[in-house]
Formats: sequence, structure tokens, C-alpha cells
Amino acid sequence: MSPTIVLTVAIGGLVATGVYLLTSRHLTRVVLGVLVAGNGVNLLIIAAAGRAGRAPVLDPDGEITLETAAESSDPLPQALVLTAIVITFAVTAFLLAMAYRTSRIEGTRGDDVVRDTSPQGRSRGEAAPPGESTDAADSSDGPASSRQQRGAPRGAGGPVLGSGNRPASSGSPEEAS
Amino acid sequence: MILLLTAHAAAAGIAVPVVRRWGPRGVLLTALAPLAVLFWLVAQWASGTAGSDGSALRESVSWIPSLGVEVALRLDPLSAIMVLVVAGVGALVLAYSSGYFGGESQRATRNRTVPLLVAFCAVMLVLVLADDLVLLYVAWELTTVLSWLLIGGDGRSRAARYAASQALVVTTAGGLAMLVGIVILAVTTGTTSISALLADPPAAGAATTAAALLLLAGAVTKSALLPTTAWLPGAMVAPTPISAYLHAAAMVKAGVYLVVRFGPVFTEVPAWRWTIVVLGGATMVVGAWRALRQHDLKLLLAHGTVSELGFIALLVGAGGRTGAVAGTGLLLAHALFKSCLFMVVGAIDHGAHTRDLRKLSGLARRAPVLCVASVLAAGSMAGFPPMLGFITHEAAFEGFLVGGGWPPGSTPAADAAVLAVLVVGSVLTAAYSARFVWGAFADRELPEGAPDPADFHAPGPSMSVPLLVAAVGSLVTGAVPAVVHAVDGVVAAATAGFPAPEEEYHLALWHGFTPTLGLSVLCLALGGLLFLVRSRVERLQHRLDVPAMRHLTGGRLQDRARGWIDAVAAATTLVYQRGSLPQYVLTAAAVLVLGPGSALVVASATGAWPAVWRWWDEPLQAVLVLVALGTAVATAVSRNRRAAFVMAGVSGYAVAGLFVVAGAPDVALTQALVESITLAAAVLVLRGLPPTFEPSPDSLVKGPKPWVRAVLAVGAGAVASLLAAVALGARTATPVSVDFARLAYELGYGENVVNVTLVDLRAWDTFGEITVLTVAATGVASLVFLRHRTGRAPRLRSGPSAGGAGGSSSPTTVASTWRSSQDFAPGPDAAPSTRWLPAVRTLAPARRSLLLEIVVRLVFGTVLVLSVYLLFAGHNLPGGGFAAGLVTGLALFLRYLAGGRYELGEAARVDVGVLLGSGLLIAAASAGVPLLLGGQATQTADTYLQIPLLGEVHLVSSLAFDIGVYLVVVGTVLDVLRSLGAGIDAQQEEIEADPTAVHDQEDGEDDGEPGPDEMPGPGDAADGAAPADLATADVEEPDDAEEADPREVDAGADAGRGGAGAGAR
Repeated sequence: MSPTIVLTVAIGGLVATGVYLLTSRHLTRVVLGVLVAGNGVNLLIIAAAGRAGRAPVLDPDGEITLETAAESSDPLPQALVLTAIVITFAVTAFLLAMAYRTSRIEGTRGDDVVRDTSPQGRSRGEAAPPGESTDAADSSDGPASSRQQRGAPRGAGGPVLGSGNRPASSGSPEEAS
Repeated sequence: MILLLTAHAAAAGIAVPVVRRWGPRGVLLTALAPLAVLFWLVAQWASGTAGSDGSALRESVSWIPSLGVEVALRLDPLSAIMVLVVAGVGALVLAYSSGYFGGESQRATRNRTVPLLVAFCAVMLVLVLADDLVLLYVAWELTTVLSWLLIGGDGRSRAARYAASQALVVTTAGGLAMLVGIVILAVTTGTTSISALLADPPAAGAATTAAALLLLAGAVTKSALLPTTAWLPGAMVAPTPISAYLHAAAMVKAGVYLVVRFGPVFTEVPAWRWTIVVLGGATMVVGAWRALRQHDLKLLLAHGTVSELGFIALLVGAGGRTGAVAGTGLLLAHALFKSCLFMVVGAIDHGAHTRDLRKLSGLARRAPVLCVASVLAAGSMAGFPPMLGFITHEAAFEGFLVGGGWPPGSTPAADAAVLAVLVVGSVLTAAYSARFVWGAFADRELPEGAPDPADFHAPGPSMSVPLLVAAVGSLVTGAVPAVVHAVDGVVAAATAGFPAPEEEYHLALWHGFTPTLGLSVLCLALGGLLFLVRSRVERLQHRLDVPAMRHLTGGRLQDRARGWIDAVAAATTLVYQRGSLPQYVLTAAAVLVLGPGSALVVASATGAWPAVWRWWDEPLQAVLVLVALGTAVATAVSRNRRAAFVMAGVSGYAVAGLFVVAGAPDVALTQALVESITLAAAVLVLRGLPPTFEPSPDSLVKGPKPWVRAVLAVGAGAVASLLAAVALGARTATPVSVDFARLAYELGYGENVVNVTLVDLRAWDTFGEITVLTVAATGVASLVFLRHRTGRAPRLRSGPSAGGAGGSSSPTTVASTWRSSQDFAPGPDAAPSTRWLPAVRTLAPARRSLLLEIVVRLVFGTVLVLSVYLLFAGHNLPGGGFAAGLVTGLALFLRYLAGGRYELGEAARVDVGVLLGSGLLIAAASAGVPLLLGGQATQTADTYLQIPLLGEVHLVSSLAFDIGVYLVVVGTVLDVLRSLGAGIDAQQEEIEADPTAVHDQEDGEDDGEPGPDEMPGPGDAADGAAPADLATADVEEPDDAEEADPREVDAGADAGRGGAGAGAR
């Protein structure tokens, strides 16, 4: 079977744009990446089914009968893509809620930037207190020690708060889970 | 047989309430289970089923027919010996446990341990009776797990945990190696049946050798042979009944059982023989040497067990008939004397509260029963006549002195070497046997701090009777000629598979004055001598204590290996779990490009590249592609959040257009609807976010360089394009879906093939997907409403607080309308309103739009009718549950847009959970009911209904499934709207109303409104303060971390509750 050039280009372009967006640190851009890349992949599945044809809806009195059904487009990829689209919606909504939750946790900045969790268990941009950054060996001890370590800079107080970051605060579900 | 073992396993379950209810007497009752097996065995014996004539009883049930794996049990003489050991010692140990765990303080241990012991007995019986390699492996690993549970105890002791995990890791590693060996055997021979393997051993070759060595790895670890000895002495932290049963009599015997069982199979594999002989011999000597210097009686026995296991392994591994007879006999003898000795140690520990032989004195007078039993059992261990141990030692010497230890064709040098090892080992064994009796029962000066011997209380009958039975068993099986003859018969039958020497050897107490007897006497004499000069021996042992030797045998190498594994795991995790989201995505993209990407390049280079290309199917496609790509790029470069989403939406619509051209109207319809709702949801969320993307100044936020992102993105896109090209170019098979049209029409009674595929042909897929929708909707709601989660959107309340509303209402009132308890309080406001858009007055006048209100009033009903039409027409025309649900969702969104969040509640007066749950339920029922009616799951039936006015209606049962899909989709959209729309509304209003509480933005909406169900804690005090105060409060409270943590957990737990509640509703 022969592919069409425009669809092949569209698939590649959409997936590339989607992946580029997915690697962003802004959760909203990640959402957009899921949307765009999802469209690309859905298109890929439909395009891989072969040449465009009539809709796979039988019409015993009309053009598509049981005998000519093979000439219509392939129904199976369509069924798969249809559910994939709805699932993408659910994932998008979930990510949007996550972006919203992140921005609430970020507080005054109100941003939806995802920060790296460093091996020391610091998260959300807390500055590392001096001398702690090299202490990577303990990081394998699990959540207990990382929590203690995260507690340490806050116990130290002033400098961390002064840097403009809020202390790692309560009410953050990402931390607890 | 299968029934018997099933009953035995069930007995383990019954044992739980029995032991709880009746305590020690209940424990005695549990001993009936192995006792029943014992009676069964005797009955089989009497009827000649498993007697010495080599006959066997076999039962099997098919398990995995495609692999030829079955649940097959086979009682042959060897299994019978093992059953005797497992069930006999099991009954004794369980009876003993009733005394050992008799105290009230032992209640918890008793309740936990005894049922596990019964379960272990059942599993061990399966192991020794299994006639299928896979079944054998399963039982093998189950014993490992039970051993882990029994050693670890209640998990409070660090030492016990360590010992348990060490035993688990070592024996499981061996077990996994064994599994590989089993697979090799199964593949090369084509059978997993052990009896088939015995009847037709695999030809010698590399594969067979590898399989043999891998099986041996399992046996070596299980029986704690060198170099994996260390776990067995470590396992002695467990209570004594466990040590006596698992780690002396039964479980550790599994390894040597395997060697005996497969000895005849691998006669032609020299590597098998030599490995086991060398390891067994070394273990025998090293174990006995180490036993000789122990002060803890239990550890003495543990090292002695290691030594004996090496002894047995050597004898049966050598592969000759006489050796196998000696080893199998010794296996039986060891089970008797070692379980007895362990029980003695347990009784001493119980009575004297110490097992240190330096702190024991005068027990011979205080507990003569223990002393007599110990003398008998230790005599058997040392090889003293007339015990069974003596007889088996004789046989062992005979095998390598006269012949028959090796398969025919051995060299005198090999005989001499093994004989030397046996003599050294036996001498040491005799010495530590004497040391045991002396240590436990001799009179000696006690050091300071030792418990007073006068405090010793002798064990009760429940403890002393079982150990006496075992001790007398050692005597009877050696001294009564008739019994010896019976043992000889069954042992000979059990080892019939081994190549026999010219003159068969028979176990007997007296063979006359032979060189073998001389060797036995020599060993006993030297052993006695070694015992007499014990202080010198101890000094010598200290001098010879080479670190390398200690490391090898003491398990430090294993410890270190475990440390390495942990370190490697931690290092690896650190490399790929950097905690950076972009990096994860980049890694995935890189793997996509390098893995499938290079495979695709290879494929297209080798002929999959399509020969013919078309520009397009329709010229319209080119236009749509240009739009889709252009807007996608615009999405990526836009700095404005809303603009980016609008662009993505346009791109999505263009893709929907491409679906139309491709002949997929259903997909296109769904795509367009989803794009609309996604856009709506996005706009709702974006209200709470800054309008533009701002680069963050933080170093941890820099992220990957743009060119890296671009390169990998282009690579991923290229892979996708290549896939599209190759998938079409390489297509050779007929599509699965060629018959779908016919199936849909004839079995699904529908003309829209895609819809019938969804609700009938592939309904299970769809069911899975609507379940995912439910989960996602619940997740969205949980993320927005951390604590006060309600099932419904808020509805109108009478009174000025909400009715007069808008931004002027106090935050508490606005927020409290979100509280479920208050929201659903029955009152005048609960009466249904008859007006259109009843809640529109809750909006501030500035927010209202007359035009929108009128349009929504006019359109809402029409849109709902459309959705119902789509739902019902979907079976034959484009439409269906997904599209209908999305249309309904859009209608609800319009209501929300025009009337605000209370309007949403008025429009959909149902609990979202009810929608989601009933949708799933209806779909499941429609899939499952045909089963009850004798059809297949998801089978469709149809009927024609005559309805007045409308005429004939063709009803199809899969419509019910589609209705379920519809309800779930509506529920999902409503949940999203309710959370992202109404929920965020409420939270934003709160913030607007109370600007001082800026921190609410980060602490979560619920903290700003302390409710009756919220515990006023230190955190709330801090929240109530102004931001500046918060900072000081943090500094002043050094245990801030502790303050924050419970709240974090609380929030997480609350989200979990939301999820659980959603699942249950």
C-alpha cells in the first residue's frame, strides 16, 4: 500500500511539536504537548489503516453493502482512535488539574513550573544549605531521611525564607503521596 | 493424595481460629494434620502401594495443558521416606510447640507461628511428592517464603529481620537458578514430569550439564552447603520448634532430596557428581569444625546440621548405590536425632533461660529425661552403635572402602580422598556430639551472672514426650532387627535408580568384624580423644582462625555482595531517577529514536520502504495539514497561555477534518467535540494561572537546552513519520477487521461498524476505557478539592448569603456552600426551580451576559435532544455513547458559562459519582447478563418493538452498553467542569474576598475556612497569621518539619479518601 506524503509529514510534524512541548517545564505546555502529540499519533493510526475510503457505515440499500464493505475505510483503527481521543481528554483534564494544583502550591508566583527534585530531597526550588549538597550518599535511604533533610533547611530558618521561596508547606498532595 | 494435601493446606487456615481459641490445646489439635498424613502413609505402605517393590502411586490434574505442566503427585519409596520425615517430625514438633509456646506471654507468637508451621508442612509435602518440575519449583519457593515468615517472626527484632531476609535472598537466588535449570530440562527433554525424566534421562551434553549445575545451585543454597552456609546458623534466631522442623529436619532436606531425586538422571554428568562431592565434603568438615567451638548449644547444632547436610550431599551426590543408601538412611537418621536435639535445646532454653553451655550445670540430675534423650540422639549423631546413625555411618564407610559409593569405574584415589574426608568429618562429628552432651548436662563452676541451676524447671510432658519419641526412634530404627530390615527395604527401593555395585549392600547393625567396623571404632575413638583434649582444640581453633576462611563461611562475602547490590541499585536509580520531568521525557524520546527508530531504518533499508508514494488522497488534505501543522508550531512558540490553547484547538479541529477525509466520521465527530471541551476546560484552569509563560530564574528550573529538545523532538517526529511509511509499505497480512462489517451486521445488528465494534465486538476494550475515564475524573476532582469533596456541583440556597451573592458575599458563606453537609441540608431551597437558568442571579451583574443567557435558554434543550439522538442513532449512523456524552457535556458547559457554578448544580442535579458508577454498572451488566442467559459475554440480542405513533423500533441489547458509556462520559465531563470550573471559582472567590490570606494560594483552599471538622492545630494558627508572621513563626518553631509532615500526610490521605469514596459510590 502506498502512503500519502502530506499525512506522513503531518504525523511527523505533530509528534515533533508535541515532544518539544512535552519537554517543557511548564505543566500547561506539557498539557499542550500531550494534545498535539496525541493528535499526531491518532492520525498515524488512522493513516496506517490505508487509503482513505468511505465511512464504514453499512447501507443495505445504498452504496456500501456487505459485499462492498471491504472498500470502506478500516473500522478497527477508528474504534481504537475514538476511545484514545476520549482518554486523551481525561488525561488532559487530569494534567490541567495538576497544573492548577502546582500553581497553588507555588504560592505567590502562581506559576506551574515543575522543578527538579534533587537527590537531597529538596524540591520546589528550596536552596540547599551549605555542605548538604554533597551528601548524596544518604539519598538511597528512602523517604524518611529525605524528609528529615528537607526539614533541616527550614529548621535553619531565615536564609531559606529570605531567598523568596516559601517553605515547603502543608497541603501539598504531591509530597505526601 | 491431592485431596489429602488440599485438606492439609486447609488445616493451616483452620489452625488460625483453633489456636486462637484453644491456645496450647489447639496447637496439639493441629498436630493431627501431619499425623493423618502419617497414617495415610502407613496405610499405603501396608497395602503395598509405595512399598519396597518400587511401585508408586500417582495422581495428576491438568494445570497448564499447553506447556504440558500438571499438578502431579507421586508417592514412590523416596517420597515416602521424605513424607515420613516431614509428617513425622511435623507431628512431633507441633505437639512440642503446644508446650514450648504454652505460656501466656507466648500467645502472639503461638497464634502466628503454629498455623504457618502447619502450612509449611503442607507445602513441604507437596514438594516431596511433586512429580512435576514446575510444581516442585512452586512448592520450593513457597517453603522459602514460609521460612522467611517464620524466621522473621513479628518483624520487631532487627536480627530476625536480617536473618530472614538473608535466608530469603540466598535461597531465592538458588531457586531462580533452579528455575532456569528446570526450563532448560523441560525444553531439551520436552517434559516437566520427573518420573518421565527418571525413566528416560536426557543425553549428556552442554545443555544437560548446565541444567544439572543450575539445579544444583538450588539444592546447594537450600541445604546451606558451602559457599552459602551462612544463612542457616543465622536462621537460628527463630524459636526452637521452627529450627527443629524447618532448619534441621524438613526444609533444608529439600536440597539433598533434590540431589537424591536427580542423582539417577544425571549419572552421566560428571560435573554434577564432582561439584556436589567437593562442596558436600568441604561443608561436612568445615561445619563440624565450626560446631566444635560453639558455646551456644543451638548454634552448635546448627553448624552440626550444616556438616550433616554436607555429609548426606556427598554420599548421595557421588552417585553410587551404596553411597545413596547410606545418604538416604542418614537423611532419615538425621531427621530423628537432630529434631530431638533441637527440642532438647528448646526445653533447656525454656527451663534455664540460657543456651550457653558455660552457664549450664547439673541438668543431668534435674532433667534426666532430657539427658537420656540427648545421649540417645547424640549417640546416633556420632555414629555410636546400636543407633541408626551408626548403621548409616557404616554404610558410608563401606561405600568408599569396599566399593559402591561411586558409580562403577571409580579410581582408588577418589575412594581414598572421600574416605579421608569422611573420617575427618566423622571424628569431628563424634567430638561435637560429645561436646553437646557434656555442655548441656555436665556439672561445672558457673561464672558470675549465670542463672541459678536451681531455678531450672523441667519440661512438661507436651515437650518431653515428642523429643523422647524422636530419641527412641533413633534407637529402635537401629537396634530392632525387624525395623532395620524394613528401613533397609524402603531405602533400597528409594535408591533403586542408582547404578548398583556387583554385591548389594544392606543396612544392618552387625556385618561381622570388617574393616568398616574398624573404621567406625577408629572414628569414635579419635572423636573421644578430641573431646578429651578439648581445651587444646579450642586454642588451636583460635590460632587457625584465618580471616579468609571466616569470611568465606561466615557469610561476610554474602553480606558484602548484598551491600554491593544495594549500592549498585542506589547508584543506578540515582542516574535515571533524577527527579527531573523534562529529563524523563527526553530519555523516553531518546529511547524511542534509538530503539524503534533504528529498527525502522533497518526495516526500510531492507525492503519495507514503500515503492509508491501519493501526494494526497484528496487535495483538501494538504490544506488541512498546513493548518494543523501551522497552528501546532504556533502553539509551541506562543508565550500566551490562552493563545496557545486556542491554537492547539484549531490544530485539533484540522485533524478532525483529516479524519473526515479519511472516512472516519465517528472519529472526527468525537475529535471535534473533545477539542471543544478541552478548550473549555483549559480556559477554566487558565483563569488561575499567569497569562504568559515566564522563564523561571531558579537554577533547578533551567531545564534542558532548547537545541537538545529540538533535536530529540525532530527525531521523535521522524520516527513517527517513518513508522507511518513503513507500516503501510511493509503490510502483508490481511487486516483483522475484514470480517467486522459482516460480524457487525449479523451478530451486532448494527450498520455503523465502528460503533458496533465499540459496544459489541471489542466491548471489553471499551469497558476498560470508560473505567479509565472514571479514574481520571476522580483524580481531577481529588486534585482540586483536597478535603471537602462533594458529589455534586453546588446548588442554590435560599437567603441572602448566596442569592444576593457575587463577590460581595463573605468568603465563609461562599465556601460553606461547598460543604456537603450544609449543601444537602433539606430546606426550602431544595425545591426544584421551574425557571430557566435559575441561578443566574448569583452572578454579579457585571459578569452576566444577556445574549449568552438567551442563547443558552434556547439551545440547551435542543442540544440535549441532539445528544439523545446521537446515542440512539449511533448503532446505525455516526454517533454513539461517546459523542452523545460529550454533547451533553458541552450543553452543561453552556449552562455553567451563562449561569455560573450554581447553575451547573441546577442543571445536573445528580451526584457525579452516581453517574459514573451507574454507567460502569450498566455497561458491566450489559456485558455480563448474556452469560447468565447462556450466551457469551457481550453477546448482543435484538428485538423489534411496535410503538404507537413512532412505528417500529429496532432495539438492540448493546444499546445498554452504549448508555453506560454515555453516562460515564457525561459524569467525567461534569466532574471536570465541577472541579475545574465551579471548584476553582469558589477558591478564587475566597482569595478575592480575603486578600490577606495570600498564603491560601499555596496551602490549599480549605485552610482558609476552618470548619467544625478541622482540628485546630499549630498549622492553622500559622495559616491564620499574616505572611510576615508566618515567616517568624517558622523560625521560632524548630520542629517545623514535624508540624508540616502530619498535615502533608493528612492532605494526601484526604485525597486518598476522595478516591476511595469515588470508587465506592
